[in-house]
Amino acid sequence: MVNQQAALLKPETLIDEFKKIGVTHIVTIPDSETNYLYELMQEQDWLSVVPASREGETFAIALGLSVGGKVPVCLIQNTGMMESGDSIRGMALDAGFPLLMVVGYRGWNRHGVITDTAAQYTEPFLNAMGVNYYLVETDEDAERISIAYEEAKKNKRPVAILVGDEYHGFNRV
Amino acid sequence: MINADDMFRAFEPHREDAVVIVTGTAGKHWADHTTKQNRDLNMGGAMGHTTSAALGLALGLPDEKVVLFDSEGSLLMNLGIIATISGQAPKNFLHLLMDNECYATTGGQPVPNAQDINYAGMAKEAGYTAAYSFDNIEDFATNIGNIMQETGPVFVAMKIVPEVENEPIGQRTRRPTRSRAETIRTLREELGIS
Repeated sequence: MVNQQAALLKPETLIDEFKKIGVTHIVTIPDSETNYLYELMQEQDWLSVVPASREGETFAIALGLSVGGKVPVCLIQNTGMMESGDSIRGMALDAGFPLLMVVGYRGWNRHGVITDTAAQYTEPFLNAMGVNYYLVETDEDAERISIAYEEAKKNKRPVAILVGDEYHGFNRV
Repeated sequence: MINADDMFRAFEPHREDAVVIVTGTAGKHWADHTTKQNRDLNMGGAMGHTTSAALGLALGLPDEKVVLFDSEGSLLMNLGIIATISGQAPKNFLHLLMDNECYATTGGQPVPNAQDINYAGMAKEAGYTAAYSFDNIEDFATNIGNIMQETGPVFVAMKIVPEVENEPIGQRTRRPTRSRAETIRTLREELGIS
């Protein structure tokens, strides 16, 4: 049980990574699985949370923030990411700005057969868009968030973090 | 209905130092009236998300007035943005809608419920601080100066004369336009953003 708890990705860890990177804005669609993270983000005085109405908005809002010199992150679920295809093309890939996408990997599982099509199509979608990605499952993977952002800055492109523990660590247990 | 060229002519004296973003077929006329190109921004487009990008800019530049000339076909693709804008309530944001009741770039097909929809009503009910509708240049010209001084987000719906393009895209006359990258670079230089 102790080992199982230790293997979680804590929302506080994501907050720490965001602060280390210098993130100023989280542009997001809240969902039930990430509510505790959402509450934590709201408590940070150095961080502005921008709730959007649809995931495609988040990439365009992030572009506007980037033009203004801010450091936004798009925090969405894989289903919404796929809905955002043309926004990722037109407002992220074509715009030439670094952008970190933190994407809840709904349906992903390291064990057994993945049956949720949201998970089945996530990595093929990112590959088709030419967006590199890193899987983050536990606190031990957290440094990948900084690595991904450095890559985004270097290449002036979006880079995705796939949060593979969406149904555990993001929620108050 | 309002001629877009006349509308931009009436707006320009009230612009002051606002950052201006234009979209749609009618937006091309702004290039004939602007006197501060370094503060004109081409945010590109992606199925209606220029509006979202303008909101992001207003949030990123809270000390600058941000003025968006949107189009109704674009707004309809992402109508939820009016709730997002209202939720963020950027005081520095003026959202003008050029409503020509059609998709002018694809031959003039009507947008859904083109003649009866009330965009200003939706914006006001969504939570904009104020919303106006104009269908003649005289009223627009009389009011735009005061509207520019109001605390945002303010919404202005305007009925605009459609300029329908029927030529195949490859045969259309193209005006020289500044690229998104160029306008972003010059705006950031103007504002001292590294």
